[in-house]
Amino acid sequence: MTTLYTEDHEWLQIDGDVVTVGITDYAQSQLGDVVFVELPKVGRALKKAEAAAVVESVKAASDVYAPITGEVVEINDALAAEPALVNSDADGKAWFFKLKLADKSELEGLMDADAYKAHTA
Amino acid sequence: MLATDKPSTLKQTPLHALHIARGGKMVPFAGYDMPVQYATGVLKEHLHARAAAGLFDVSHMGQLTLRAKSGKLEDAALALEKLVPMDILALAPGRQRYAQFTNDAGGILDDLMVANFGDHLFLVVNAACKDEDEAHLRAHLTDTCIIETLPDRALIALQGPKAADVLAKFCPEAPAMKFMDAGPHQVNGIACFVSRSGYTGEDGYEISIPNDQAEALTAALLDHPDVLPIGLGARDSLRLEAGLCLYGHDIDTTTTPVEGGLNWSIQKSRRTGGARAGGFLGSDKILAQLDGGAPRKRIGLLPEGRAPVREGVLLFADATSTKSIGSVTSGGFGPSLGAPIAMGYLPSAQAADGTTVYAELRGQRMPMKVSPMPFVPHSYKR
Repeated sequence: MTTLYTEDHEWLQIDGDVVTVGITDYAQSQLGDVVFVELPKVGRALKKAEAAAVVESVKAASDVYAPITGEVVEINDALAAEPALVNSDADGKAWFFKLKLADKSELEGLMDADAYKAHTA
Repeated sequence: MLATDKPSTLKQTPLHALHIARGGKMVPFAGYDMPVQYATGVLKEHLHARAAAGLFDVSHMGQLTLRAKSGKLEDAALALEKLVPMDILALAPGRQRYAQFTNDAGGILDDLMVANFGDHLFLVVNAACKDEDEAHLRAHLTDTCIIETLPDRALIALQGPKAADVLAKFCPEAPAMKFMDAGPHQVNGIACFVSRSGYTGEDGYEISIPNDQAEALTAALLDHPDVLPIGLGARDSLRLEAGLCLYGHDIDTTTTPVEGGLNWSIQKSRRTGGARAGGFLGSDKILAQLDGGAPRKRIGLLPEGRAPVREGVLLFADATSTKSIGSVTSGGFGPSLGAPIAMGYLPSAQAADGTTVYAELRGQRMPMKVSPMPFVPHSYKR
């Protein structure tokens, strides 16, 4: 499985035509303590760069954008009950939603792990 | 998703280096480069201030003294009464009280603390308003008073249930002070002004320190195992849980003290029928509202869901109406409550406790209940 990153600090894990999306550990460290996550509804058709989810810390609300175009096929209900998972396991258990990949070419502009590391350095 | 602006002309408090050394995440606030949080994080900082003791740098706030040219304190008190609806004349030596500067229209120019230091008054005002406040005082009181700003003093707050025990080690008189006592005290041998007050709803102190000794005293307090430094993030969530106004958000020039729910701060002597009724800027409007009610009022709001409802969100009477009846002026997550909380304004007729109103959040109407404040009880040592 390949993991790619956006400049907006989201990660994408690509498994065939299903893409799991979350925010990076760097992003959670910048946001601080997460107290609320709002996820898109399953079945919603998201366009690339559209606001897809909201993550709120004590301080502020931040949008999470759809990194690619696709339909939401699954959301992580665990985040509603335990928003702090985003702080403790951003790269793993705190995935946000899964999209059905519509256009493979949209993956081409994304960063790999090394490029993302340089981006946040 | 993250903002990275870094304005370059920010002022620094005398504790700036200490914030950096302790991992403070610095942000611009009221023209100063201030710590919004430390490595501990907003949530834990907030809970620590409620459970033990938190130390806040509030040196960006304005400190001023007001002395009568006659040398008599009562002349300074009477002069200040022209600018605030509070009884300053009856403020006893060594006591402090909450006040607001009002304008001709009855709006609030700033809120402040006023202390009687025996031969003069000591004022603490908001950072963002301090230059305008000084100009306002000079414009109205120069004939009778000498107004001095104290840019050579830092200000810190030590807040929480352990604050008195901690400060006792540096200032043995501190535990005997009562809520809103204020005056000069030696703290670790340094000539400070200490008041038993704060902005968290907790017991605690505010300590004014000469700039050149501020870092040493702050570091000494932070060496105590019960004390953690607390940033502006938790300062905001603590005061919101305590139901306390943030100037420029919950009160401003468009809100009167009565609309702001601050009637409790206006003593009888300044109200209709009182010994010195009126006689302050905007008194016609404010006294009329005290007598006959205000068209709207500041209220507490508890969102029914988990989503924080923040400043600027519009409020509606029901789930479908298109005309808003008010808005949220402060809102977020209350770490001690473990739930979202907010305050805002509603028409007085629709502001009774228990009323359900609807916030429009990302295109959806979210129910919220009008709720008494504070959300977390105050624990002042009266």
